[in-house]
Amino acid sequence: MISKTINLTLKVWRQGRKEPIGRLETYQAKDISTDMSFLEMLDVVNEDLTKAGKEPIAFDHDCREGICGMCGAVINGRAHGQEKKTTLCQLHMRHFKDGDTIVVEPWRARAFPLVKDLVVDRSALDKIIMAGGYISANAGGAPDANAIPISKEVAENAFNAAACIGCGACVAACPNASAMLFVSAKVSHLALLPQGRPEAARRARAMVQAMDACGFGNCSNETECEAECPKGISIVEIARLNREFFKSEFS
Amino acid sequence: MSAEVKLDAKIPDGPLAEKWDRHRFNLKLVNPANKKKFNIIVVGTGLAGASAAATLAELGYNVQNFCIQDSPRRAHSIAAQGGINAAKNYANDGDSVWRLFYDTVKGGDFRAREGNVYRLAQLSCNIIDHCVAQGIPFARDYGGLLDNRSFGGAQVSRTFYAKGQTGQQLLLGAYSSLMRQVAAGMVTLYPRREMLDLVVVDGKARGIVVRNLITGEMETYSAHAVVLATGGYGNVFNLSTNAMASNVTAAFRAYKKGAFFANPCFTQIHPTCIPVHGTYQSKLTLMSESLRNDGRVWVPKKPGDKRKPADIPESERDYYLETKYPSFGNLVPRDVASRNAKEQCDLGKGVGETGLAVYLDFADAINRYGQDVIAGKYGNLFEMYEKITGENPYQTPMMIYPAVHYAMGGLWVDYNLMSTVDGLFVLGEANFSDHGANRLGASALMQGLADGYFVIPYTIGGYLAGTRFPEVNPSDNAEFKAATTAAQAKIDKLLSINGKRTVAEFHRELGLILWEYCGMSRNEEGLAKAKTLIQKLRAEFWEDVRVPGASQDLNQSLENAGRVADFLEFGELMVDDAIARKESCGCHFNTAYQTEENEARRDDDNFCHVAAWEYAGDDDSPRFHKEPLVFENVELSQRSYK
Ligand SMILES: Cc1cc2nc3c(=O)[nH]c(=O)nc-3n(C[C@H](O)[C@H](O)[C@H](O)COP(=O)(O)OP(=O)(O)OC[C@H]3O[C@@H](n4cnc5c(N)ncnc54)[C@H](O)[C@@H]3O)c2cc1C
Ligand code: SF4
Ligand code: FES
Repeated sequence: MISKTINLTLKVWRQGRKEPIGRLETYQAKDISTDMSFLEMLDVVNEDLTKAGKEPIAFDHDCREGICGMCGAVINGRAHGQEKKTTLCQLHMRHFKDGDTIVVEPWRARAFPLVKDLVVDRSALDKIIMAGGYISANAGGAPDANAIPISKEVAENAFNAAACIGCGACVAACPNASAMLFVSAKVSHLALLPQGRPEAARRARAMVQAMDACGFGNCSNETECEAECPKGISIVEIARLNREFFKSEFS
Repeated sequence: MSAEVKLDAKIPDGPLAEKWDRHRFNLKLVNPANKKKFNIIVVGTGLAGASAAATLAELGYNVQNFCIQDSPRRAHSIAAQGGINAAKNYANDGDSVWRLFYDTVKGGDFRAREGNVYRLAQLSCNIIDHCVAQGIPFARDYGGLLDNRSFGGAQVSRTFYAKGQTGQQLLLGAYSSLMRQVAAGMVTLYPRREMLDLVVVDGKARGIVVRNLITGEMETYSAHAVVLATGGYGNVFNLSTNAMASNVTAAFRAYKKGAFFANPCFTQIHPTCIPVHGTYQSKLTLMSESLRNDGRVWVPKKPGDKRKPADIPESERDYYLETKYPSFGNLVPRDVASRNAKEQCDLGKGVGETGLAVYLDFADAINRYGQDVIAGKYGNLFEMYEKITGENPYQTPMMIYPAVHYAMGGLWVDYNLMSTVDGLFVLGEANFSDHGANRLGASALMQGLADGYFVIPYTIGGYLAGTRFPEVNPSDNAEFKAATTAAQAKIDKLLSINGKRTVAEFHRELGLILWEYCGMSRNEEGLAKAKTLIQKLRAEFWEDVRVPGASQDLNQSLENAGRVADFLEFGELMVDDAIARKESCGCHFNTAYQTEENEARRDDDNFCHVAAWEYAGDDDSPRFHKEPLVFENVELSQRSYK
């Protein structure tokens, strides 16, 4: 860990809760250690704003380990920044150069109304899960955990799809603001496992319908979602979703 | 309440193995048709809260479920890495319910209840069955059966895992069951709400006051019972492995309304975290204990040796855990591993820029099994390490240091998980739990899910069926009004001070005090000093804090200010508890009480009890109560991991 410090110019989207439109405001971030995460850098800027009697920048975050899916912003036009497979909280300042200007904007999508500054409302993703992103198993009635063997490969594929953190970067990256990658990750995870098969067709149909109803756009295979997904969810999952979806149309 | 309050843990009679079955049979049942007439508030959507809310709804109760984050799926449980224990004995290596029970009681240095821990071990097996049925993609072996790994404090492999993302997968399972119940209309979800008070009417918990974190408005909700599953208070130390919003507020408000706080000084310091590297740092990152399965801990033999790790030959390395504890080696329990790391650094053998780190080295394991195998087991942890530090742990050893991680202390509960306030139940990390003075790895997920899926669904029925409830209407009830007014007054006060120091500055200072004097090792003098320092800091906070922004708005500075204000009071309670416990046990290491080999020396004659603190007003010291711990099935012994 060889740390040094850099100076940056930030242009950050500011918009009050009741303001119809926001604007980019410019801030100087001085003496930023390259060991800081992007959010720690924003903390420093917010401390300065507080001391200067101004309102700090509102941004969502919680785990700061890349797993809760709460953080996210568009950094210089890229969801979660330019590093591959990285959430904003895990993007470190060593990837920036002294003197850089960084534009920080919220996720933009019809289905994600803006709340304040960089905070948006992603409850539409919960609504999609409500529509069918589960296996209907009540607590108490399950057979022994080893009753149904599942091949290592299938379990790993299911795991890879299940790794989605629900951050919404795929939506922010998609020109159509579609949530297809998110939906497909859940549909695939459950459809791959024997426990999830009985409801697979119904689930696929219900979740896609919910996605449409929430105001997300259609998928036209732009694949930008895959490029920005911090958990490396692959568009192979979308192909799997399509298979389940077509099956549901014929059943 | 008088000082002679008798804490009745309500542990059922009969042989250990039959207690839970008998108790379930004796508990009153709520008629299925009547369940929908009962409203239950569940605060928290972590493993404990989400599993409880989903299961209570499956049974037919009306549930209102609250959380701070924008979605229940983001609760702090999501970050748990290594795994969850269960006494399945799939590995055929001698595990059993009894052994899991014994390991947990011993690991906790004999400061937990036998009855609770045994029940936990029994239920562990049901949890794994249910989670597989929910579609949790646990790791499997080539035959398609579930795989296990080992964790500290155990000599069997009983930990089920999903790469390094076990908490995520378990929470998403509980969350999906929860969302199914939301869709069914059985659960109403209230995200972005922070509980600011508990409302007690006629001696019973009947509701809560929450702040809507978007609009800033106060809202009240009433119910027949309140379940708190609000997680642990590790963030009192400022830097910890907990998520940023983890707090003590909900539990502390309940304490002020009559719920006793048990063993607040029992906080776990986890041995394997990425070391601190700057004052701006916002949190510490855990490197799962499972890494100690394959990683070897070492420091240079010579103090002050600043050579690169690769330049230090085998003969000049000290694998201190392996030499000192030959039978458990790198897998000693957390408190032991942490203390030893501190000891090595205190001797000047620490490594890295600050000298506050030890190596965790995978070179041997990579040579033996190949990089692919190691990547398969820990890939995401290695990636996370590299992202944060910029170093590649496949090529150079990780550097680790202990960090605050988990709260064994919490609100006191009886065997039914009910606190000293009737109708207030506490689950998961928020209760004082089953882990005594030290929690073993992979046992918190187990406990949270046992509480939520399999304990509360029974015990809450026993309470509801046997209690009469007068109508309570929040809009014209005096208790609800008083609680709301007080919560708003506190917010107005915080916003009006307009001083010079930020909330983060106070939090940092509090953290440093507690880390120094109430952390890995403690002594009377230091604790007394900490108490004065905290009182002083608290006074300064209320004079000089600056909280920008407005009350009726999304205001994250204000949220933090409220949490830090409670930490500033709670920190003193921790110190009081540490002062009162004049022995060493598990994580509570008072340097005056140690064996010749520098291990914690318990005093079972005088301190074999749970310390439970009762709030006595802001101007009086809290009252101390004790629940004696009775051991009928295990023999109290000096813990030895040699
Ligand atoms: C990095 C890390 C790794 C871990 N790894 C493991 C592991 O491998 N195995 C293991 O067994 N344990 C592990 N643990 C411990 C374990 O994750 C936690 O103890 C456990 O998840 C706690 O669950 P919980 O449901 O009690 O609380 P949490 O998951 O903390 O949930 C708390 C909930 O309460 C809500 N809440 C809190 N306060 C309020 C309030 N005032 N108002 C409204 N809502 C509120 C929150 O929004 C959240 O929904 C780990 C912990 C950490 C930090
Ligand atoms: S698919 Fe990827 S980008 Fe989309 S929500 Fe999931 S983790 Fe985020
Ligand atoms: S803060 Fe949790 S993923 Fe970034």
